Amino acid sequence: MKLSYAWLKEWLDVPWNAAELGARLTMAGFELEGIEAAHSDAILALNVTPNRGDAMSVLGIAREVAALSRHALRTPDVALASVAIADIFPVQVEAPAACPTLIGRVIRGVNNCIPTPAWMRARLESAEIRSISPIVDVTNYVLLELGQPLHAYDLARLRGEIRARYAQPAERLQLLDNRVVDLAPDMLVIADNDGAVGLAGIMGGARTSVTAETSDVFLESAYFAADAIRGRGRRLGLQTDASQRFERGVDPSLQTRAIERASVLLIEIAGGKAGPIVSQVSSTHQPLRPEVVMRRAQLARLLGVRFDPQDVEGALRALQMSVRSVAAGWEVTPPAYRFDISIEADLIEEVARLVGYAAIPEHEANAAHHFPALSGAQPAEAAVLEVMSARGYHETINYSFVDPHLQARLFPERASLALANPIASDLSVMRVSLWPGLLRTAAENQRRQQERVRLVEHGVCFRVEGAETAEVDTLAALACGPRMPEQWGLSRAARVAVDFFDLKSDLEALIGATGAPGEFGFEPAELSCLHPGRAARLLRQGRAVGWLGELHPMLVRELDFTYPPILFELAFYDALRSERAVFRDISRFPLVRRDLAIVVDENVSLSALRERVILSATSLLQQCRVFDVYRGPGLETGTKSIALGLIFQDISRTLTDEDVDSNVASIIAGLRASLNAKIRE
Amino acid sequence: MNDPADLVARALHEVASSAELAGLDAVRVRWLGKKGELTAALKQLGALPAAERPAAGQAINAAKERVQSALEARRLELESHKVDRELLAGRIDVTLPGRGEELGALHPVTQTRLRIETLFGRAGFDIAVGPEIEDDFHNFAALNIPQNHPARALHDTFYFPDGRLLRTHTSPVQIRTMLARGAPLAVIAPGRVYRCDHDVTHSPMFHQLEGLVVNENVSFANLKAALHGFLTAFFERDLAMRLRPSYFPFTEPSAEVDMGCVFCGGSGCRVCKHTGWLEIAGCGMVHPNVLAASGVDPERYTGYAFGAGIDRLAMLRYGVNDLRLFFENDLRFLNQFRAF
Repeated sequence: MKLSYAWLKEWLDVPWNAAELGARLTMAGFELEGIEAAHSDAILALNVTPNRGDAMSVLGIAREVAALSRHALRTPDVALASVAIADIFPVQVEAPAACPTLIGRVIRGVNNCIPTPAWMRARLESAEIRSISPIVDVTNYVLLELGQPLHAYDLARLRGEIRARYAQPAERLQLLDNRVVDLAPDMLVIADNDGAVGLAGIMGGARTSVTAETSDVFLESAYFAADAIRGRGRRLGLQTDASQRFERGVDPSLQTRAIERASVLLIEIAGGKAGPIVSQVSSTHQPLRPEVVMRRAQLARLLGVRFDPQDVEGALRALQMSVRSVAAGWEVTPPAYRFDISIEADLIEEVARLVGYAAIPEHEANAAHHFPALSGAQPAEAAVLEVMSARGYHETINYSFVDPHLQARLFPERASLALANPIASDLSVMRVSLWPGLLRTAAENQRRQQERVRLVEHGVCFRVEGAETAEVDTLAALACGPRMPEQWGLSRAARVAVDFFDLKSDLEALIGATGAPGEFGFEPAELSCLHPGRAARLLRQGRAVGWLGELHPMLVRELDFTYPPILFELAFYDALRSERAVFRDISRFPLVRRDLAIVVDENVSLSALRERVILSATSLLQQCRVFDVYRGPGLETGTKSIALGLIFQDISRTLTDEDVDSNVASIIAGLRASLNAKIRE
Repeated sequence: MNDPADLVARALHEVASSAELAGLDAVRVRWLGKKGELTAALKQLGALPAAERPAAGQAINAAKERVQSALEARRLELESHKVDRELLAGRIDVTLPGRGEELGALHPVTQTRLRIETLFGRAGFDIAVGPEIEDDFHNFAALNIPQNHPARALHDTFYFPDGRLLRTHTSPVQIRTMLARGAPLAVIAPGRVYRCDHDVTHSPMFHQLEGLVVNENVSFANLKAALHGFLTAFFERDLAMRLRPSYFPFTEPSAEVDMGCVFCGGSGCRVCKHTGWLEIAGCGMVHPNVLAASGVDPERYTGYAFGAGIDRLAMLRYGVNDLRLFFENDLRFLNQFRAF
């Protein structure tokens, strides 16, 4: 809200210059957003919080300044316009709960084509209100000064009477700005005998609006209940000076004062003769501020400091509250315009605000010592990300909403959740995977000439399962580009593109860090966005917990990648929950290694081979390593040779040749029988 | 018979002239070997008169010892030269870079969040989490923001067609945590939040830190101490802090938290718009309606709550001048934030 310093000074002696006033108001809850010097004035931009509709006027801020400075508010002349004619226009209220007070008066013979005086125009402009005509300007001036929105109708265009009622079914209204709106049954309107002439408390209608030619006006001043106004304007995309005030609460005792002020100003500026005020006031629907009890003990308990009772009462009285001291504390009735005061805590805030938050000391609470659970069931995010970062990955944070086309292209089989009001069409569906974000980030970095990209992300994915949406905590990684950073002294192999097995090694590092690598397995599987021959499902104790694979070559082309990205994605908790390590004794006896080169059919997987080796060996077999896979000259087409390093050891004795020989013989026999394997000499 | 002194002089000369270990060994054989000259001289002692033998024997033995020790000294010297030559040949350019993988990094917002979690963890706070897709009850109604409330206009909310929404703040975690755990409690809830707003200072997705302490006599004075303690620890310096009255539907009293500008130290600069203060958080005493909606007896318990932007804390900590950089994930940006 814009506030004229000079205007404020008409209401009380301000003991501070504009800058100091701004600082005081800031520390009282009205944050100064800036000061502009104007012609012999200063305009303060203040942030008035939505609970303080009462402060959205010069009068409202003057009341605050009076309370802060303990200077008296100057009661301006409550000049009454002399009633010079007997003309009235009738007002009716059909919805008294929504409109407890509706008053109005006729003013005839106004000259609305003369210019508004410069002093008034300047004040309107300082509040960013355009000067239009004396009638409109006067209503706006009173709104700024007192906070009471007024409306002026061209009397000649009103039919019969005006009536405050709810909109009828299918009723429409052309507003002042010429927009035609469809009214809903919960919208309050002002109507004459020909239909709605205004959206109550928000904006008047075009049919009865004043023009330069208007000479007879009907001025309306009403109190509309905030509940009857709130949200309606927003639904129609309307926010006006009037609606902002009514939504927050206008002083219910202000209507007569405001209409008198406007009448006097209008007649002074543009002439005219006023008729008597007609009114419809429902006394049973007037908002009442309840008496609120503030306990001395609660005041001290909530703020953590004891204030002098005199200061407490002084603060409340300075805010125009009626205060009665009782044994436990105070019984307080706030003024009618303080809609924000209804419970004890509200009063406590008022006391703190007036005394100043700076007067409240800092006390450290006595912390109770307790030990929260610390378990591998909740893998430490930092540790997981550190493993990846040590392996060259940069953590990224991508938006949770992604491009629906990219996501559908990657995951046609997964349903996704669309936003009703996305910020952009390419950020309109919730991600079902972290891959769309990682792929986009990788592509953008590639565009920025970053040849080698290794990314990791931890975040939630949104899986739609029927009517439910599951938020799945997920870890994903992407690697793309040369296997190693550019450097000297490494063979060309280090400069080839990263592949499935490079990323698998990083995934295996994470698996290893769970302390239970034996629970995991990989099986060939297909996912439409992955290369069908280079994709694997990660299993843990037989349950699928992730995917690993190379981006489908079609997508590599479509997304314009120079190198094919390799990706993995894990269910964070299921895949990474870790097991407490349990100590196993270390053998003090030498190990024995035997190497075997085994020729098998191309489609025999290592895991099938390894399984057979383990089945055929005794418990002396400690490890079965792969140290080479060979295809080519010397082998039949369609076969491959896998070189295994078998490591035998016993915990209690040195192994003999016979121990190892019998194991190797048994392994060879097992492989021959089950996998038709040959041993390569 | 040759004079031993003469023999020694010749032998020592040969030792000194040997430039290689192999040559030196030949000298040793020639003088001290089984057929060596000094060995032969010893064998010739028998030809001397008996009276001269002891003295001549002593002289030859002394000569042998001298040659022996000269040989040994020379051998050590030549070996040392050899090692020196090998070391010289094995020199590398130590300024060449190391080989292998390079280091990645955690995202600066994550680093900031982990730092916050560590600091509050040490102060006895637990970490609470909640869903990012919320319902009206948890995001608004239970936080004392009913339908049509003007405060809703301040939250540019992303909605789904069925009425659910993306949480606009981490405050719903307050409700969920109190409903699940009851009082007393002390938690922080860091997480992603969403507002449909996008410009230099706004991102449609950002990170908030929620704090909530509920106990029998929690006060505004405790809130001030906790915030000031956190800011001092987070920024690693004594900072001025002030609380300004403000309005949040879910706290009463409510306050905005300003801290002394970390760039100018309070004297006024562009970042703090020449006020000397930076707005860093919102806070207040939990509104009794919120406690009641969360199953906590507002007569028995009081509580404080605060909310701050993690991205903003990260910007201030690292001097990042554009919020959007955090979500562009440019590797040249992500590469800049590493520390133990």
